[in-house]
Amino acid sequence: MSILEVNNVNKNFGGLKALNNVNLQVEAGTVHAIIGPNGAGKSTLLNCFVGRLEPDTGSVTFDGESLLGIKPFQINQLGVSRVFQTPEIFGALTLIENVMIPAFAKRDGAFHMEPWRSVGSEAGLHEQAMEMLSDVGLDAKADELAGQLSRGDKRRLELAMCLVQDPKLLLLDEPTAGMSRGDTNNTIDLMKRIAQRGVTMVVIEHDMHVVFSLAEKISVLAQGTVIVEDVPEKIKGDPRVQDAYLGGAHL
Amino acid sequence: MDAIILQILNGLDKGSAYALIALGLTLIFGTLGVVNFAHGALFMIGAFCAVTLNRLLSLSHEVVDETRTDFLGNPLRVDVPYVYEWFGPDVGATIIDWSVPLAILFAIPIMVLIGLAMERGLIKHFYKRPHADQILVTFGLAIVLQEIIKAFYGANPIPTPAPEAFVGSFDFGALIGFDPQTIMYPYWRLVYFSFAILIIGAVFAFLRYTTFGMVVRAGMADRETVGLLGINIDRRFTIMFAIAACVAGLAGVMYTPILSPNYNMGMNFLVLSFVVVVVGGMGSLPGAVAAGFLLGILESFASRAEVIDIIPGINQVIIYLVAIIVLLTRPRGLLGRKGVMEE
Amino acid sequence: MLGLNRKDSGLFLLVICLTALAPFLLNPFPEGSELAQFNAGYPDLMQRFMIFGIFAIGFNILFGLTGYLSFGHAAFLGVGSYAGVWMMKLLTVNVVPAIIMSVIVAGLFSLVVGFISLRRSGIYFSILTLAFAQMSFALAYSVLTPITNGETGLQLSLNDPRILGISQTVDGSIPAANFFGIEMRDSLELAMGGWLFTFNAGYYLAAIVMLISFYIAIRIFRSPFGMMLRAVKSNQQRMSYTGLNTRPYALTAFVISGMYAGLAGGLMVAMDPLAGAERMYWTASGEVVLMTILGGAGTLLGPIIGASAIKYFENIFSKINDTVLHGWFSFMPDGLQDFVVAIIHPFIGKGWHLTLGLMFMLVVIFLPGGLMEGINRLRIWFGKRINGRQQAPDHAPATSS
Repeated sequence: MSILEVNNVNKNFGGLKALNNVNLQVEAGTVHAIIGPNGAGKSTLLNCFVGRLEPDTGSVTFDGESLLGIKPFQINQLGVSRVFQTPEIFGALTLIENVMIPAFAKRDGAFHMEPWRSVGSEAGLHEQAMEMLSDVGLDAKADELAGQLSRGDKRRLELAMCLVQDPKLLLLDEPTAGMSRGDTNNTIDLMKRIAQRGVTMVVIEHDMHVVFSLAEKISVLAQGTVIVEDVPEKIKGDPRVQDAYLGGAHL
Repeated sequence: MDAIILQILNGLDKGSAYALIALGLTLIFGTLGVVNFAHGALFMIGAFCAVTLNRLLSLSHEVVDETRTDFLGNPLRVDVPYVYEWFGPDVGATIIDWSVPLAILFAIPIMVLIGLAMERGLIKHFYKRPHADQILVTFGLAIVLQEIIKAFYGANPIPTPAPEAFVGSFDFGALIGFDPQTIMYPYWRLVYFSFAILIIGAVFAFLRYTTFGMVVRAGMADRETVGLLGINIDRRFTIMFAIAACVAGLAGVMYTPILSPNYNMGMNFLVLSFVVVVVGGMGSLPGAVAAGFLLGILESFASRAEVIDIIPGINQVIIYLVAIIVLLTRPRGLLGRKGVMEE
Repeated sequence: MLGLNRKDSGLFLLVICLTALAPFLLNPFPEGSELAQFNAGYPDLMQRFMIFGIFAIGFNILFGLTGYLSFGHAAFLGVGSYAGVWMMKLLTVNVVPAIIMSVIVAGLFSLVVGFISLRRSGIYFSILTLAFAQMSFALAYSVLTPITNGETGLQLSLNDPRILGISQTVDGSIPAANFFGIEMRDSLELAMGGWLFTFNAGYYLAAIVMLISFYIAIRIFRSPFGMMLRAVKSNQQRMSYTGLNTRPYALTAFVISGMYAGLAGGLMVAMDPLAGAERMYWTASGEVVLMTILGGAGTLLGPIIGASAIKYFENIFSKINDTVLHGWFSFMPDGLQDFVVAIIHPFIGKGWHLTLGLMFMLVVIFLPGGLMEGINRLRIWFGKRINGRQQAPDHAPATSS
């Protein structure tokens, strides 16, 4: 059963066709990677899933509901979380607060006001957030300000912020960009553990090592179109993929 | 028809002042990315340059006039300005009479120095700070500047007249074929409007046709890239700040015959000029000029008795009302660029 | 205590004690002594500490937590004042309905202004609020004169209906503002040795209202709701991708701060039944910004400290004149004395705004966290000196106290 269905999505920027009749099915409980050369439209496609961009034509359905025409916070409330290419966190807040906020959003909805309740009385939620922080290895820094973290730590924090919401679909935009080999391997392990919990993931990634150790299915995007969609083993040898990456120069 | 022309003319001088201040504000914002709440104070300091020069030129000393006597028969003691002695009474009187236009020369070095000092001494340290901090520190500076002026010149408006030759009005209506005496326009306001056009033209030409201006415009569009090219963009921006300060100061100098300067005139103009900048589009130079004149003329129309009869109080709120409507319907202002100040 | 944690309870108790004992604490110098002019323990000034404290606490809920810099909050204070005076004209000179009405009217007005202004952020938001406030000011002076009484200002008169009270007293004067019979201007004076302490009914009413406002502010700061408001300031984009709708959070904060401003306006009227349009002028909005920043935006205690400091200096500095200065420096030789007085002269008396501007600039440049940051730094510095290497300085976020 596919949890995310993208049908005939088109998006133009001025005269540029960024997305050209994109079709995509993401099976529930799988890790689905989207790869492709720079400027292929990967991030544009992801932006169409979370309400940042509105496709010109076509449909995007998640779990039977259309994701078009609704706001980012409503999409998140349906169970879609996103990790950005450059980490988006609450820099002026502590790590534990960073993780508690999405937990509150999940429990209390998009707007909730009970000014007489104190954060200190939310022991259960606090514990849940702490567990999530220790999952990504940041529990020791729980009371530090998130803005002071290293880039790699920020990324892990953002992941924890998404995971604490127990999303049905997790979108990751180059989760290992700029990481060292060691950090990349840690992140791969972390994502494998997440996948084992049954979270559906869509990953945009340049690093083929990451893609081939995680993905169960790969879509190759080139010039705004999905040119191949298959299991990793088949993608490796596909001439069309090499074509797309190397611009026709056969090896 | 004649009424419409009259209102447009009446709006021009205020519109000129708005446009000149807004031009500097938006230039500073576009180049340095700084929201300068002290810009109105620069306008005010310019006006006080005119006051100061007028006082300096009128400096007198007492001499005994042997040719005249008072009623007791003693020789009369009279105050004689030094300039009378240096250049003769006729030329001296003309110099004092022309003190406001002469103050342009006096104000340029002063405003440039103040501008440089402000940018190097204070603003420079706030490039990386949030806009709220910039607003706050320049707001504090504005208070300090106007209090210093108040300490020296007092709190009352100081009348500073235009040269004799420009006192009075001329019959603009007769000039363009209307009945005589229907459209009267004061000479000085025409001078002010022409002066504003001249300054605005000069700034645009400077940015358009000099290499310096080209680099600055490139820097406004993409500061980092220009910096990577090995061009010292910071120094050029400092000079732009001084130019913006100078434009505001000159706008103040020439405005003195229209509005007697007092220490808080800058704040009143600043609030309106900010509205002008926002309406025109933050960071857009043509937008600032167009919106300045537009709002000046709108304000003048709204002050007509017929309009006030229909919508009472409209003259007081028209500018703000326009600002609110523009901001809500065109968030980037009339001519604003995409991506500026959209946090 | 009252659902606060230990640290906050301590803070709240401290503020309670300070306000209760203010008539003593603010009058440390004996009557008639050289230093008596520095006393601040007279009712009028103490009331202003409380009223502007409330105004700044409310402003801080908006600016300190969400980061939205409003330059138009004086409009809500002004509207609240007018509403309060009208209640006292129409209903009764009991201050309770007046204050409640001020809060309600200011709340509704801020809902309208906030709903429109919050469609934009950053400098555009500031300009929108400024535009609304200036419009209110201009209209109060011109078209709305039947409601606001224009330049004269709105005040009580002998012909007011006051349907629940009396139009005039037996001796033909306007009845005094009171709280169920306790007149606001009633004072109890206590002479002890050379000291004279004044306990004013109006001050204590304002103090109780301020304490309640402060308590509510603590609760908001410590609630998940308050955490969301800080998230609005930190990263709105992350917030919406986290499933939170930012607009209603910002709007609620805006309305709450508008109601605080209305409350302050209502209390002003309760102390002195008079409302004028100049209360809405944008410099008045600037003043509350100054208070909040000076004390420390985003901190609990900061706004109260900032408001009190500015109101204190406004009163005390503007009273000092050259004669007083010559008195202080009389120990110096004449020439030097004149020189020193001439240097200090521009900063005192009518020039106190210059001092304020300089102080404010210094704070923004060197202490972005306001006086509270200064206090914390001193505490850490002393802590280090006393305890040696006992503990690392606490890097608690700016909201810690």
